[in-house]
Amino acid sequence: MLSKRRLLSFAAGVALVAGAAFAAGPASAQQTLRWAFQGNLNTLDPYGINETTTLGLQGNVYEGLTKRGKDLKIIPGLAERWEVLDNGLRWRFYLRKGVKFHNGNDFNADDVVFSATRVLANNSQLSSRLSGSPEFVKVDDHTVDVKLKSPNPILHYAWDTWYIMDKEWTEANGAAIPPAPQATTPGFATINANGTGPFRITEHQLGVRTVFEKNPNWWGTVEHNLDRVVFTPITSAPTRVAALLSGEVDVIDPVPLQDVPRINASANARVLEGPEVRTIYLSFDQMRPELTASSVKGKNPFKDVRVRKAFYQAIDIEAIRRQVMRGAAVPAASLISPLFFPQISQIQRHPFDLAAANRLLDEAGYPRTGGADGVRFEVDLDCPNDRYVNDGPICQAVTAMLARVGIKINLQAVPRAAFFAKVNSPIYNTPFYLLGWTPGTGDGHNVLIDLMHTRKADGSGGRGQFNNGGFSNARVDALTDLVLVENDTAKRDAMLLEAFKILHDEVGYIPLHQQALAWGTGKNVELTQRADNQPLFYWVTKK
Amino acid sequence: MLAFIIRRIGQALIVLLTVALISFSLFRFVGDPTQQMVGQDTTLEERLQIRKNLGLDDPVIVQFGRFVGNAALFNFGNSYQNRQPVAKLIGERFPATMELAFVSALFALFAGIPMGVYTGLKPNAALSRLFQTVSLVGVSLPTFLIGILLIFIFSVSLGLLPSFGRQGVVKFSYWSTSFLTWEGWRSLILPSITLGLFQMTLIMRLVRSEMMEVLRTDYIKFAKARGLTARAVNFRHALKNTLIPVITITGLQLGSIIAFAIITETVFQWPGMGLMFLQAVQTVDIPIMAAYLLLVATLFVLINLIVDLLYVAVDPRIRLSGKAA
Repeated sequence: MLSKRRLLSFAAGVALVAGAAFAAGPASAQQTLRWAFQGNLNTLDPYGINETTTLGLQGNVYEGLTKRGKDLKIIPGLAERWEVLDNGLRWRFYLRKGVKFHNGNDFNADDVVFSATRVLANNSQLSSRLSGSPEFVKVDDHTVDVKLKSPNPILHYAWDTWYIMDKEWTEANGAAIPPAPQATTPGFATINANGTGPFRITEHQLGVRTVFEKNPNWWGTVEHNLDRVVFTPITSAPTRVAALLSGEVDVIDPVPLQDVPRINASANARVLEGPEVRTIYLSFDQMRPELTASSVKGKNPFKDVRVRKAFYQAIDIEAIRRQVMRGAAVPAASLISPLFFPQISQIQRHPFDLAAANRLLDEAGYPRTGGADGVRFEVDLDCPNDRYVNDGPICQAVTAMLARVGIKINLQAVPRAAFFAKVNSPIYNTPFYLLGWTPGTGDGHNVLIDLMHTRKADGSGGRGQFNNGGFSNARVDALTDLVLVENDTAKRDAMLLEAFKILHDEVGYIPLHQQALAWGTGKNVELTQRADNQPLFYWVTKK
Repeated sequence: MLAFIIRRIGQALIVLLTVALISFSLFRFVGDPTQQMVGQDTTLEERLQIRKNLGLDDPVIVQFGRFVGNAALFNFGNSYQNRQPVAKLIGERFPATMELAFVSALFALFAGIPMGVYTGLKPNAALSRLFQTVSLVGVSLPTFLIGILLIFIFSVSLGLLPSFGRQGVVKFSYWSTSFLTWEGWRSLILPSITLGLFQMTLIMRLVRSEMMEVLRTDYIKFAKARGLTARAVNFRHALKNTLIPVITITGLQLGSIIAFAIITETVFQWPGMGLMFLQAVQTVDIPIMAAYLLLVATLFVLINLIVDLLYVAVDPRIRLSGKAA
């Protein structure tokens, strides 16, 4: 009897709690946006990791001196305006007045100087935002001078993701230096945030959910109608799609391409597709005297421009766009998106031409062995299978296409962790590989210095860091340095274009395409999908 | 008895060390963690420095020794990705996995046993054939497929149950539970069915064959001859005798339920240890992987130890032979 009574009282208790939960739920008419992404938000520290989605999410909370508009144009952020003085050796930034951090502290020049020190500190992952280590000097509470050793016309290009932190808050909580990767205690700023942005973080459960709430005191013009945003990681792609279709989330990022028709056919959701700025490309080892994994011994076929061009012309980019990418890609002729560098459209892809490719390979001295369908040579292709949109299938298609000109590709498609460990190595570790690149600054110079400049033999010096095939051209190297200090935009653009033209003629890389962004949204959600793929809540309206 | 326990604990330690050693020798092949820790602009020198600081360039045996030494003090290091103590991260995720495993095991038992009894008693009934078919599905379909199917039926098409996440969580100091809210129970239904389906079919098939076996024995015939009701024969005499192997299997399967939760948790974005482990594999977060593998090994060893002890307590024959030896 007793047990029965206990059971009853327990049931009553459960009912009460459940009732309370129900009552709390729909009572307020708050507008909540539920955003699901495939990965976690691992750190709230704005200098913790240099990765698009993390920086994008942080960008709802923190702000930089500059921002980028819906079209990626640089616009004023925490700095109202700026001017370049002393022939480009001094920049003066006029800070916005009356801006407050979420904890109520005032934003002023001290915060900017502090943030400059912190972003350059050891363990900061965003030190490239202030390349050349410029000196920050406070002029008055709302004016900051930046002194440079040499002119740098793109000084502020990546400052939209160099977020300004509150000096007092950060220092008071012992977070003045970003935590080391091997730190034994989590940094305070890793799990707490205090920015000036349109949203503040009120709950952060790592890997489970992060809740953003509207900052009622934001300085800017509010273009959204949200009160709360709940960010949830959903790793499994089918679950993400199901959650969107059942209306449990409002936005999913990304949508698997094969699910696009299904979502568009549903009553309450649709897919937003737009061009992304990341360029997917193939490249080859042009450095080693002999390839690491190939049937050609004693020499490196990729040192011959005819072989490189033959590979290029054997790839039917239109078929990849149509079949593998289901239309969600823009074929690229170079390593930078026209969204960042419109002049690049003057370069046209080498045409797809099997006959030309066969002829070039014959001329280069790699005849087919064993008849008209014989193999010329074998080589490995290193490829990630979980990093870019349909990366594995792209490599399979390339394998099939090159087989038609007698190249036998041994495809090594592996998960990204293993892939990057192999390919992004100081030694030239891969004979032929697929990779993607987004210039962090949104400027061509980044592509030149990271992908096209000659790399030192031991990988040091910070040039050609990701030039994993060892492309090397003296004129491109010279242009890299010239571009950096050229203040005249027209001349600068001409130099960039010259470098990209050399790369095109030398076939140092095989650019494939800019993949498309695909987000799924509820039909009651209006948002701006910027081409850099940042999840920005301040342009979202929900009906 | 004490000697038996001490001997078993000694064996358990060897098992744990072996698990740790094997996992450590495998970690070298998952990739380079620093690639996942820093952005694309990080220079090679910085990457190499991070590797060095993390001790990743040391020989495997040195890394292993360091890990074991720290683990003995319950220090599992910090996650590379989250920069937080692994013990804390696992502690946060532990309740979610345990609650899911617990509900799945209950589901497997309380659905599996009645279905098994029914199919054992009436092997040719239409319902029995249906149960048999369902059990075939449960045995042969992979977990992630079952999960996705359930999501598409109950969340997308019917809109009855949530498709992901653990909702309605109530937090206490060291435990968080979804047992106290309606929302919490709703979000538990699909994942626990997905996770428990295989075990349910296993139990059902076991009970069924045991029932059919027992029903042929003499004491059942005798009980029937005594004129006992069918109910008394089937449940008091027959079912009771089939339950011994069922309890054994359930105990042993509890470990697999916890370990196999990896897939179910990923499909349903259930914030448990398994999901964290899978993400750790993708990002080469070695401290999390090592600690999780060790924890699962510990759970298996513990469960086996308890089952062994229960055997000794329950079955006099083992106790006697144990004494003799």
